[in-house]
Amino acid sequence: MSRKLEFIVIAIILIFAAQFFYMSSTTHADYGGADDKPAGVIDQITGGAYKPIAKPIWVPPSDEIESLLFGLQAATGAIIIGYFLGYYRAKNRFESDFDMQRDKKVQRDEKIQT
Amino acid sequence: MHIMEGFLPVFWCLIWFTASIPVIAYGVYNLNKLVKEKREILPILAVAGAFIFVLSSLKIPSVTGSCSHPTGTGIGAIIFGPAITAVLGTIVLIFQALFLAHGGLTTLGANVFSMGIVGPVVSYLIYKAGMKAKLNFYLIVFLAAAFGDLATYITTSTELALAFPAGGLFNYVAFISSFSKFLAIFAITQVPLAIIEGAVSALLFKYVIEVKSDILVEMKVFNESLVHKLRGLSS
Repeated sequence: MSRKLEFIVIAIILIFAAQFFYMSSTTHADYGGADDKPAGVIDQITGGAYKPIAKPIWVPPSDEIESLLFGLQAATGAIIIGYFLGYYRAKNRFESDFDMQRDKKVQRDEKIQT
Repeated sequence: MHIMEGFLPVFWCLIWFTASIPVIAYGVYNLNKLVKEKREILPILAVAGAFIFVLSSLKIPSVTGSCSHPTGTGIGAIIFGPAITAVLGTIVLIFQALFLAHGGLTTLGANVFSMGIVGPVVSYLIYKAGMKAKLNFYLIVFLAAAFGDLATYITTSTELALAFPAGGLFNYVAFISSFSKFLAIFAITQVPLAIIEGAVSALLFKYVIEVKSDILVEMKVFNESLVHKLRGLSS
């Protein structure tokens, strides 16, 4: 089975990881979330006049809790993907084994008859 | 690409809800019909939704020194089309708005529009064009997912710039000025992440083809001869 695509994907991820280790050790980038940055720009554009019209109903009380919830989100998704890919892979193998044995049995029966 | 809770004026919240709700309604209708007609599709639907769950939870550091996350909508868009993918994206966005204070209920319409609708539509169009041009199938998946990701972030920048033009409302120059500021936050940060998203999407697609290509043929994602070709290459 060709693993060409896997090698390409791993290469892309490695290049990206190397870039990250280099950048994070040579610069003082804060690696904050891009999603939080528009607030600053909005302040700058409106001169601080804009007040958010609503607040989140619930905010994770700490960064630890937030990363826990993000971790759970990723894990839930990963379980579902892994479960079904594994289920189908094993099912296909089982069925092809079953077909092979049935074919053998048919051949054997034919031999007995002749 | 999550616009934070409260960070759009009421007028623009309503505009984006108005734009998103019909698509979601159409998506729910399509989804119900599909699940009724082909129950065997459910696991693949779950995998496509789970992929959005995983990718949109991963905040990845980028070359600009800030973190952003992929969207994961490309696979859903290719297999199920943009409307059903919009429903899957909405579920994720509601989850993140309620439990993670990421995005928000007032900005849900805008976030659904960018991540659930524009991204998947772009992915779907690229997939269709790529199939017509007979490109390598995994290259098509890569391009569709990567550009869908970028389109989502460009849409977010547009939504913010429309709501906060640096000057008068409906002023082209003011819009461009704000647009470039928001795009500066999102676009360059997103380019490496879009490449990773494209690559990982292509990989997951390969595994789905390996184990369950018959359902993709049934969904008319591609035809039988392509399956033989892809399997021939990968076996």
